[in-house]
This record gives sequence, structure tokens and C-alpha cells, in this order.
Amino acid sequence: MVLVLLEHKDGEIKKSSKEAASFAADLAMSTGEKAVGLIAGGATNSNELGALGIEEIFEFEAADYLDSQQWTQVIEQAYQKLQPTFIVLSNNSLGKSIGGRIAVRLNKGLISNVIQFKSEESKPIFRKSVYSGKAFAWYAFQSNEGIISVMPHGYGVFPNKNKQVTASKIDISIPSGNVKLKERNLLKGKTPLTEADIVVSAGRGLKDPSNWKMIEELADLLNAATACSRPVADAGWRPHYEHVGQTGIAIRPNVYIAIGISGAIQHLAGVNNSKNIVVINKDPEAPFFKAADYGICGDLFEIIPKLNEALRRAK
Amino acid sequence: MRLLVCISKTPDTTSKIRFDADSKNFIEEGVQFILNPYDEWYSLVRAIEIRESIGGQVDVIHVGNTSSDILIRKALAIGADAAFRIEDEASNSTSVAYQIAEFVKSHPYDIVFVGKETIDHNGSEVGSKLAAFLNLPFVSFCNHLEITNNIAVCSMEIDGGNEIIELNIPFVLSAAKGLAEQRIPNMKGIIDAKKKPLNVIAKVNVENHSELVRFETPAAKSGVRMIDPDKLDEMVDIFKNELKII
Ligand SMILES: Cc1cc2nc3c(=O)[nH]c(=O)nc-3n(C[C@H](O)[C@H](O)[C@H](O)COP(=O)(O)OP(=O)(O)OC[C@H]3O[C@@H](n4cnc5c(N)ncnc54)[C@H](O)[C@@H]3O)c2cc1C
Ligand SMILES: Nc1ncnc2c1ncn2[C@@H]1O[C@H](COP(=O)(O)O)[C@@H](O)[C@H]1O
Repeated sequence: MVLVLLEHKDGEIKKSSKEAASFAADLAMSTGEKAVGLIAGGATNSNELGALGIEEIFEFEAADYLDSQQWTQVIEQAYQKLQPTFIVLSNNSLGKSIGGRIAVRLNKGLISNVIQFKSEESKPIFRKSVYSGKAFAWYAFQSNEGIISVMPHGYGVFPNKNKQVTASKIDISIPSGNVKLKERNLLKGKTPLTEADIVVSAGRGLKDPSNWKMIEELADLLNAATACSRPVADAGWRPHYEHVGQTGIAIRPNVYIAIGISGAIQHLAGVNNSKNIVVINKDPEAPFFKAADYGICGDLFEIIPKLNEALRRAK
Repeated sequence: MRLLVCISKTPDTTSKIRFDADSKNFIEEGVQFILNPYDEWYSLVRAIEIRESIGGQVDVIHVGNTSSDILIRKALAIGADAAFRIEDEASNSTSVAYQIAEFVKSHPYDIVFVGKETIDHNGSEVGSKLAAFLNLPFVSFCNHLEITNNIAVCSMEIDGGNEIIELNIPFVLSAAKGLAEQRIPNMKGIIDAKKKPLNVIAKVNVENHSELVRFETPAAKSGVRMIDPDKLDEMVDIFKNELKII
């Protein structure tokens, strides 16, 4: 059995969890096991989960906030009851805060930030990106079991399976926590950068924070999230949570559009695993063009308004 | 307040990444190593600021061999009081976390700082494993930390926002951008660092459950397709028919 942790927000399964579910289902298929989901009560959409390849759902009752020790308790107890071979998490903020802890508590291996697996010598091996995207590494578990965390946008969501889902309750007792939640602040109505499929990103080439209007317009037209290079965040032109790169967030969207960003190696470190990269820069020698799939060489102050106009016409 | 800062080393991002013939080992020769930015810029500096405001001791710890000593001295030059190095190859996150945990069990600290991740492998594994070995709470991706009367109020990065939490010492914390501002070592710091203790400790063994199969270098990009800035309809067409995003 392959167990996947499913997180939800307002009753909707998070995209990162759907991706982990797809990974778990494919892994289960390759090892001849079944994929099952663990979810906090009240948010099961059986059809959706069946399409992702999940065959059984275990619901537990929990408070709205669990700290990392409490989450680990949840997984530990589910593990004792279900004895899965593999436990799959998303390597989102929750996965990063509990993955190692679960591995230690269960005395198992952890392979984190995985983007792919394949079978080799009749056991699965797992691929991750290392050295700022300049290389990949394949890892294996010493035994045929362990904990895997899946990089957001690393694998994809494949709702093409057709499983019947049975749901049951699982009894998990959660001890009181050591951490008190005082506030949770979420950006309203915005897709978190790590979950976004399309990202429009801009750098120092924009010259002034007041010029971001056209960037936001482009993002709206493409239904994209916005990001920026580090100097732009450091200067306070853009919020720090938009900063991508080696010291910011690492992302792997389907399409990354870089506007007025030179493509310094520290910037590329956070974005060069994107599936498609579009670069708009006036300097034909900008290093970013070497990492790009599509490029437009010219003045962004002319190109972006025209591109926005062309997109509006096309809609 | 007793503060311990875990520091790791990482190749400078501009380094050429090469592997040996069987793709199992990273070739360190010719590679410039730096202190992991999250450790140097954020966790170390915040620990020093806390000592400056409420008093205490800031120690740094590193699992690695003697080639790291120059980086450890840099941490001392920035302002740590004493350093410990556990003599080991630091080949996996379980071993690193276990070594540090064993040390902390015999030298208790109020807060153990790690960085959000080491930028070479983007593992983000040591902190939560360390917290597990020590059975302590883990504040992940902390971008703000205040302490009053042994109670900490922290802001943690979460997907799409942040959470403000409160907890008692002791705990393990991973530092993210925003926790502090980078400090550059000054001349006095560099001279003082030479006199500060750097203690070397023997390692303890621990079982690891995963192993590297091999490294791989990505296939080169097939080359960029340039679009004429006067024919932006072509870009729109690509969005529509090739990338299928509109
Ligand atoms: C240890 C370390 C860590 C770092 N981490 C990060 C990180 O995480 N993320 C990050 O982004 N950076 C990081 N940096 C900084 C990085 O090295 C670069 O300095 C930074 O990415 C440059 O930002 P930029 O491309 O926006 O600005 P610039 O380098 O100034 O580039 C601006 C670009 O805009 C183009 N341009 C200007 N005007 C126009 C116009 N009118 N039309 C079209 N194009 C135009 C220029 O040709 C140029 O290529 C780090 C640096 C260090 C040393
Ligand atoms: N060899 C090491 N010695 C000391 N601390 C380390 C070592 N490796 C990792 N760490 C700490 O763990 C953090 C996260 O690292 P990682 O899990 O490798 O991404 C780093 O920022 C360091 O604080």
C-alpha cells in the first residue's frame, strides 16, 4: 500500500496534494500495490480522488491547526494501523516541516523534492534536481519502503484513472501541541507562487515599481502568478514572497516568463527547471536567452503593452 | 540565552558541477565553497542579535572535515563565540542531524538554528530530523523571531502566506529570508576569530536508509526560438497552440 497525505483548503484538495496523489498512484501501479489517501475529515471528493488513482480514503478528525509534532503523530498512527510501504507527501511548506521528522520517528529513509521515479533492477529509484538545477540525482531506498516528498510542479496531475473509492474513518488521537497559532495570513484570491502553473516575472529592467502595472496586466491575461528577481524584492519594489532564485523560492511552473531579468546564475537556480521559459530582454547577450525556449529581444516598454493588446484581441 | 547555529557549506552557485567517471561522486577539486547563505545571512546574524539584546552565548556547529575550518572561522569572525566541528564526511542528512542531536543532548541549548535549506541539494531535511531526534518543536522557515521571558513569537512562511505562532524554549528553528540582515565580518572580527575556540569532536555512527544511485547532468537546451518583437501575434499563437495556456 502507498499512503499519500492529502491536504485541503476550504474543502478543495490542494493542487500540491493532487500531484502527490498522482505520484502515489503511479508508484503503486508500478509496485503492484494500491494507493490510499489520508485526509482530515470532511473534504472527500471521491470522484476526483478516484480519477487521480486513489482507491481508499481514510479520514481522521483534527483541529484546524496542527504543529509539526502533531502532524507527525497523525502519520505515525496511520502508519501503525495501515503499514504502508511508501508514504508520499508534497514537498510544500507542510511537507518540508514534517518529512524529516516522520522519517526519524518511523526509522525509515526520506527522499525529498522528488520529480520522477522509474523502476531499475526491480525497484523504484527517485530523481531530484540538485546543485541549483545544474544536475539531477537518482536515489533509492535501502529497503523497499520509505518516505517520498514530491516537488510542487515537479510531477504533474493526471486525473485519467478510473478507480472506485471507498471512504472510512481512521481513529487517530492527537496529543496537545507545544505551539500556539496566533494568526494565519493568506494572500487573498492569489495562487501561491509554488502552486502556479504560469508565472510572469520581472526584474530591474522595469526601472521603477510604478511600471509593474503592465506586468500585472499580463499576469491577469494569462491567469498567472507574479514573481521577481532579488534586487527588485530587496529594493522593496515588490513583496519579498515574490523573490525567486537561489535565496528565494524555487519554482517549476509549466511556463515561466522573464521580463527585464538578466538571468544571473543565482536567479536561474530557482527557475531553470521550469518546463518552458520565455525571455523578454533588450540585450541580445543577456545570459537568460541561453536558458530560454522562446525569446523576444527588444524594449520591454514597447513589447509588453503590445503583447497585452494582442492577448486581449486573441481572447 | 544559549544559542546554537548549525552551519553547512555549499559550492558557490557559479561553480562548474562535475562528477567522477561512474557518476557517483561530486568532484570538489577546483570548486569554491561558501557558507550556506541561509546560515550565514539569517540564522547566525539573528542569533548574534539576540545575544546582543538579552545576553548569552552563540556557538556554531558544523559536521564536516578540516577543509571547512576556514568557513567556520568566518562564522566566528561574524560574531559567534565558539565553534564545534564533528569530524565526518556529512554524506547524508540523517547522519548530520543525528550527530548534532547527540551533541545537543550533552550540551543543552535554548534555540538550535538551522537554515531553510542548503542550496546545493535543496534538501531542507536536517532541521526537521534534528528536531525529531531531540523531540523538540520545529519552527520551519522562520522570517521573524522575537523572544520575551523565554517565550518566542515567530512568523513562519507557509505556501501563500505566513503564520504567527507562539511557543516556549527550547526548540529548533529554520531561518528564512527576512529573519535578519546579512553582516560582513570586520577586521577586528577576523582577528578575534583566530583566538576563539574551534573544538573538534569525534563522530558517532548511525544507519542511513537511502542511497545515491547516480548523478546525471541535464541535456542541453535545444536552443532558443527568437520571435520578432514586431510580430507579437506569433507569441500569442505559441501561447495558444504550443504551450496551450490561453
Ligand atoms: C549569493 C547570492 C545569491 C543570490 N540570490 C538571488 C536570487 O535568489 N534571485 C535573484 O534573482 N538574484 C539573486 N542574486 C542576484 C543575482 O546575482 C543578480 O544580481 C540578479 O538576479 C539580477 O537581477 P535582475 O536580472 O533583475 O537585474 P539586472 O542584472 O540589472 O538585469 C536587468 C536586465 O534587464 C534588461 N533590461 C533593462 N532595460 C530593459 C528594457 N527596457 N527592455 C528589456 N530589457 C531591459 C537588461 O538587459 C538586463 O539584462 C544573488 C546573488 C548572490 C551573490
Ligand atoms: N554538515 C552540516 N553541518 C552542520 N549543519 C548542517 C550541515 N548540513 C546541513 N546543516 C544545517 O541544516 C540546514 C538545512 O540543510 P539541508 O537539510 O541540507 O537542506 C542548513 O542550513 C544547516 O543549518
